[in-house]
This record gives sequence, structure tokens and C-alpha cells, in this order.
Amino acid sequence: MTMPIVVEHHPLDKLIRADRMPHIWCPGCGIGIAMRCYAQAILDYTIPVDDHVVVSGIGCSGRVAGYMNLDSYHTTHGRAIPFAMGVKLAKPGLMVTVFSGDGDLVSIGGNHLIHAARRNIDLKVICINNFNFGMTGGQFGPTTPRGAIATTAPYGNFELPFNLPYLLAASGANYIARWTTLHARQLKDSILETFNKPGFTFIEVLAPCPVGFGKSNNISDGLEEMELYRERCVLAREGDVHAEELGIDLREDKPIIIGKFVNRDRPAFQPPRIGAL
Amino acid sequence: MTFEKVHTGRYFMNGDEACAEGAIAAGCTFFGGYPITPSTEIAENLARRLPEVDGVFVQMEDELASMAVILGASAGGARAMTATSGPGFSLMLENIGLGIMLELPCVVINVQRGSPSTGLPTMPGQSDVMQARWGSHGDYESVAFAPWSPQEMFDLTIHCFNVADRYRVPVFLLADEVVGHMVERVVIPPADEIERWERKHSQVKPGEEFKPFLIEDADLIPPIVHAGEGYHIHYTGLTHDARGYPDMNANTHNELVTRLIDKIRTNREQIIRTVGYDLEDADVLVIAYGCTARSARHAVRAARQEGIRAGLLRLISIWPFAEEQIVSLSSKARSVIVAEMNLGQISREVERCIHRPVRGVFHAGGAMIPPEPILQAIREEAA
Repeated sequence: MTMPIVVEHHPLDKLIRADRMPHIWCPGCGIGIAMRCYAQAILDYTIPVDDHVVVSGIGCSGRVAGYMNLDSYHTTHGRAIPFAMGVKLAKPGLMVTVFSGDGDLVSIGGNHLIHAARRNIDLKVICINNFNFGMTGGQFGPTTPRGAIATTAPYGNFELPFNLPYLLAASGANYIARWTTLHARQLKDSILETFNKPGFTFIEVLAPCPVGFGKSNNISDGLEEMELYRERCVLAREGDVHAEELGIDLREDKPIIIGKFVNRDRPAFQPPRIGAL
Repeated sequence: MTFEKVHTGRYFMNGDEACAEGAIAAGCTFFGGYPITPSTEIAENLARRLPEVDGVFVQMEDELASMAVILGASAGGARAMTATSGPGFSLMLENIGLGIMLELPCVVINVQRGSPSTGLPTMPGQSDVMQARWGSHGDYESVAFAPWSPQEMFDLTIHCFNVADRYRVPVFLLADEVVGHMVERVVIPPADEIERWERKHSQVKPGEEFKPFLIEDADLIPPIVHAGEGYHIHYTGLTHDARGYPDMNANTHNELVTRLIDKIRTNREQIIRTVGYDLEDADVLVIAYGCTARSARHAVRAARQEGIRAGLLRLISIWPFAEEQIVSLSSKARSVIVAEMNLGQISREVERCIHRPVRGVFHAGGAMIPPEPILQAIREEAA
């Protein structure tokens, strides 16, 4: 007779607020995978868990702050980055991660995103990109491909989207990578790498949003989008690609380029302190 | 070389500079802001002074970010502030609501100018007083003080930090271009005479069960902890329970918002500040604040010389409103006059309290109201 294996503890238990489960995310959503990678990176990193802070804005990805068992701040729509900047400058010893979505960080928070990258402030940004405003039910946003159907683009989106690595490269971030929720190991390693990287770091995580984006654009469920990642993703070696070539349209049969695109050492933001002179 | 936090001495300085010195004396270690006339000298002085005292000055990309960054710094434990004027204050209102909901202490200086919109950037106004009361969406109680001199720019800036920390709220200093740019004597006291009220920190040890919004004290203020202290707190702008967790529930919402309001209302007698001049037998009660109170003081003095029993109630705290005191004084006065550099904002609040019309001496802003129209109104009301 085989004994059933009863799992009483999970290695990530202490990093997740179990009393907040079940989470709000839809079946097939990719945010949970990215959150798990973040949690694993925290466990694998050298500093105490108490020294990690997570700040989110508003939206589905913004709920990560509520599920992580860290000092966690769920702020206003678009303002996670400046709030996080205040925490970081008040307590420079803390590792401050901003975990939010493309609508929050790039649409309403776009100005803060580019200025934080320009300053090269030591914040670790994990940006879920699911190509739409998911929480409000699938409106187009600044990352929605041209022609894609959204609830506020019933005839197809007639705007051009941002290419996020290109935007961040031009703005000055020290580290820029793109992964998908299929590439969980690479994503975790990349987050870990950013913990060791001074300055502003930005990881774009492509994630399925089957309810908000997929269903209107012939991607029937989360698994199908993961299949699509598997078929089309091409790993670029650092320095091999030009950021302007990193646009994405899931609906076109074109490669999706993933990898680490920028890894440089511009000086990190450091306010003057002359009192100690 | 050492740098002093408190530049004890007697100075001839403008109100904006006095505000910056007050902030440093109060132990402010963080400023995040965006330059805007007529508050810019506050940022300029703090850009120079904060690095001298191991503080941080950051110039943000806009006022949305300015308000967010000081809330973050406050969450990290810093005494944090920003300074702006009407157009910037409009943008800050978004995260002022977050500050109220997260109960994060901070100080917002609004050196008011002629408004609405871009208005009169270099000229005074007092037309943001209701915006400071009601501007962010939702129900809340506001705390705001109005200085009438550079000396009060210094004193009240310190007081704002103390009130913010004690009650866990954003506190507004509603200055105006006149007191911001006026140059007058400012006395900075010795460092040991600067009053400091500390935040009520939780007595729970990190690792023990801790509910960051659990109310155990009669003052309705939850003890605070800061980022990095090991408590693993969750703060959200969503309606939340004692654990800080989102709770989409009408009862939780009603309890939370009521408590946020009651923590100011029940403590209002400790927060409200006024000064009376010639009020003992006042038959004509004049109410004014900020720079307009200087003209009102002159007008009341002149009226007394003409034998008119006029008195001035100067509001130092605008919010919470000195309702009980105004009701009491007005019951003994034949007439109530409100002088303010807007077209009737605090006057309406006074009417709400006393249930009878007040005489307004109004100007839309751009120039200080001189004593003469106030004196003329006193004469007519006394006649």
C-alpha cells in the first residue's frame, strides 16, 4: 500500500500571505507565475526577507503587494514608482521592488517610469505586460497591438503600442530584460540578477490574460498563449538585438524576442549628503 | 565643518525661507517637490539645507510624484514634506487621499496664489481653503493652518510636523504669496526649545502578531511601524480591515471612514488654534486668516479708536473649523464680518455654523485686501 504524500509546507509559505488566498486572478492568468518567481528570487538572495519591500499600483498585477508576506504597499494608480522611491530614499538599505502591470506603469504612470529610469534610481521593476487593462475588463492600453480587439476598441485598436525595452533603453535604465511566464526559471534568475544590479532595472514579463485580451483576439485560453510563447519566442543574446526591433504582436506569426537586452553601469541615483564632510 | 539643524538667532527673512528653516528645525529629513511660484524658495532653501543635515532633497517630475514620494518616505519613517501652490496642490490631491487612507504623516505647504487655473502666479490668493477641505475625493477631515507672518511660517511649519505625526495625517500649511515673500523679523529659538511630538510607535515586537490598523486607544490613532522594521505590514488605499487587508464590505468601509474622521473630530480641541483681539465686548466680530488678518487687525484697531466695539478672531487653524468658538462669539455680536482673499469660502462655513448671514469683504486675489474696506464694513455694520 502506498502512503499518500501530504505536503504540509511549501518552501515559499513564509513569503505568501496564505490568509489572503484565494487570489483574485482568473484561470489562465500569468501573474501568479511571475509572483512565484519573485518570491523564489527573494529566497535565493542573500539579504534577510525583512529587508525586502514590494510596492504596487492599481490593477491585477498591483494585487501582488497584498499577497507577498513582506512590507508591502498597494498605492494609487500609476504612482507605485514615486512611492517606492520615497521608501528607498528614506531607507536606502532596503531592497525595494515595484511589481505592477503595463497599464499602471506605462499608461497612467508612464511619466514616473521614464523619469525613474532617467534618474537611474535603485528600484527593481517587474512589469507584467498582458497587452490590456485586465482588471477593468479588457480595454486597450499603451501596449495593445494595433488592430487588436478590446472593449474600448471594438473596431480594432487604431493606436500604435509602446515597445517597452526600447522606451526604457532610451530613458536610461541600467538593466532591461523580457521574459514570459513560460520562462519561469529565466525570469527568477533575471530578478535575482537585478537584486545585484545597482540602479534602475526593468523586467517585462509577457503574461496571458485570457479573459481580458485572449478571448477577443483568438487566443482561447492561458495554455494556448503559453503554447504560442513556446513556438515563437526567440532568445536573444545580450547585445545581439537593437531595442527598436523588440515590438510584439501576438496575433502575427512573427518571433517574440526575449532575453536580457541591456546591462550597463550608468551611475545610480545618489542624493548629495554633505553634512558628513 | 558641521551644520546646525537649528540656526538659532534673529533674522530678517522671507516667509518661504522661514518655512524651510522651520522644516529643518522640526527634523524634516525629506523633501520631494516640483518648483512652482510662489513657493519655489522653500524648495531652493531645502535643496541647500537638507544635504547639510543628512536629509534628502529630490525634485520630482510633477506634483503627482511629489506627493507619492513623500508618502513613501513617511512610510520609511522620515519626516517628509512638499511645497507647492494651487496648480500643484490640485495634482497632489490624488495622493493626499492615499495619505489619509494609509494614515501616513506628512506636511504639504501650499503658498496660495491667484486662481483658478494658472491664475496669477506671482500674486497672492486665499482661494484654496475649500479645496484643502474637500479637494480629494471621499469623506475625510482636513487639518490646515494659515500663517500670517514669516515668523508663523517658521513656527507653524514645525507645528504641522508635530500634528501630522501625532494624528497620522497629511497636514496642510495654507500660506499665501504675501506671507511667503514678505521679509520680516524671524526669531529662531534655541534647539532645545523646539517642540517635538513623536509618532506613536507600536509596542508589539516584530514577529509577534501585529495588526497595523487595530485601534486600542481612545484617540482612535493606530500605532505606526515603518518599512524595514520586520513587521511585514500591508498598506492599501482600498478599504481595509485592522490587518490592513482589503475588505470590500460596506460595514468595514463605514467603520474605517468614520474612524478616520472621528480621530480628527474627537481631538479637534487640541488641534484648533485661534487668536482673539479685542473680543471681550465685541459687537462687530471680524473673522480673518493669513495675510488678510493683518489688514483686519489694523481695521479693528482703527474702529476701536472711532469708538466702535469691534474685535478680530484670527483663525490659525482653518481645518478643523473653530465652530464652537465662532458660534459663541457670534451670539454676543450684532454683526459678523469675514474678510478673505476669495469670493466667499470661509464666510459660507461661518454661515453654516451660525445660521445667519455674514458680511463678506472679498477680493478674488492678486493684491492683499487693505484695511480700508474692512474698516468701512465695520463702520456700516456698527451704524
